[in-house]
Amino acid sequence: MTLAERAYLPAIFQGLTITMRHFFRAATKKQVTVRYPDETRPFSPVFRGLHVLKRDELGRERCTACGLCAVACPAEAITMVAGERKKGEENLYREEKYAVSYEVNMLRCIFCGLCEEACPKAAVYLQADKMAPPRFERDEFIYGKDRLVEPVSPDKRSKRGIQLTPEQAEKLRQKQLT
Amino acid sequence: MAKITFDGIEVEVPDGTTILNAARQIGGGVVPPAMCYYTPLKGTGGKCRACLVRVAAGSAKDPRPMPKLVASCITTVQDGMVVENTTSQQVMDVRKGIVEMLLINHPLDCPVCDQAGECDLQDFAFEHGVSTTRYEEERRTFEKIDIGPLIQLHMTRCILCYRCVYTADQLTPERVHGVLGRGDASEIGTYIENVIDNEFSGNVIDVCPVGALTDKTFRFKQRVWFTKPVNAHRDCENEKCCGRVTLWYKGKDVLRVTARKDQYGEVKEWICNTCRFDKKETSDWVLEGPAHISRASVISANHYELPVVNPQVILDLPESTTRELERNPPLRLGGING
Repeated sequence: MTLAERAYLPAIFQGLTITMRHFFRAATKKQVTVRYPDETRPFSPVFRGLHVLKRDELGRERCTACGLCAVACPAEAITMVAGERKKGEENLYREEKYAVSYEVNMLRCIFCGLCEEACPKAAVYLQADKMAPPRFERDEFIYGKDRLVEPVSPDKRSKRGIQLTPEQAEKLRQKQLT
Repeated sequence: MAKITFDGIEVEVPDGTTILNAARQIGGGVVPPAMCYYTPLKGTGGKCRACLVRVAAGSAKDPRPMPKLVASCITTVQDGMVVENTTSQQVMDVRKGIVEMLLINHPLDCPVCDQAGECDLQDFAFEHGVSTTRYEEERRTFEKIDIGPLIQLHMTRCILCYRCVYTADQLTPERVHGVLGRGDASEIGTYIENVIDNEFSGNVIDVCPVGALTDKTFRFKQRVWFTKPVNAHRDCENEKCCGRVTLWYKGKDVLRVTARKDQYGEVKEWICNTCRFDKKETSDWVLEGPAHISRASVISANHYELPVVNPQVILDLPESTTRELERNPPLRLGGING
């Protein structure tokens, strides 16, 4: 090595030049940060977030408590209790059997999406635009049917885990009316 | 004695043995599947066609092949017979067709069905069938028939194997349970839709290869793969009942009691309805240990059985480990004392 190389000075100046170039570029041209929470970054199209229990077009719950999601779940986050549909509940549940309770422990869940793959009734999806929000109490992370089943209103429904656009919601509303 | 060649394996069996039973003597993967044949019941077999095999040579005296595939469960062996099962592409193709045929009118409501996970038809279709259906027509449906508070009948799932009919015939003195109608309109009925109140009627649940007859006291309680099977016995007051059963636990609760099934899903010893439906407390039973579940079954997840220690490995184990294994009763060493 030459004396100049041994002194490290050229290398240090080279590195600092790169740093300074980026420093001034960020200050003058493009902002690299986002002003969260006023602004949010777009989600990746393959993002897997909070679970949703789907209803069918007529607003009946699709889940039939077959237990395939629970057996597929590597984190054992899903538990359910099955019940038999009574006469007169045909507009609430699609099949003869339904989930009386369906719980996902979001602390255990690793959002791998295996439950979504296992579901034979296309009932459970991981929403592509919602994260499990942070909370203070552990028991608040156990999501029951009250928080998982999607609302009947078309404006709040989702398709494959992505919120319906107003046009799609309108189409669904037309279908429900007929 | 007759010597036959099954899938290239020679086996010697007594005269009058069926091909299926000869294959079961070999065991392993060459055994043809069976949906309707049931060893303990006389007259079963020959209905579902799941066990069709090709006979490449009829016997030593007449070595011509049989013109059509034969049902191995009702065809008896002859000396010098050559049978092809897994080695014949024709048999494999036909079996695919049989699955399709059996599933024509099957509702495929496995997510709802309590039999899912231990269903012979599910296993059969998984192993031999294709994952799509070509059937577009309306499937067969029935009026719901209530056959009592203990047994649930789902006629739509029935594949008409007649096992339950033979069970009712051969286990109970008066028959109240039979097949009504002909062809695709035939169904399992109880004639006057009365309660089957014989003390052995619960055994039809165990013999049913599909979910047509299920335990009403277990209905929708839990999927079978979340329950743990444990062998147990008790002294049953009924002298015809053997009292040796499998208890299906979820946590500390006995959800279901069934008779013990062997590797071909057959019950060798029948149990009475008292044992099956009324004794659902651990205190009623003497526990023996976890029941054997095939590793391929979905029920075997998180299921731990007696450790089977290879006898050749025992010599290499440290003495303290061997002593510990022998001292702890549920652990037994294969080869040394059991």
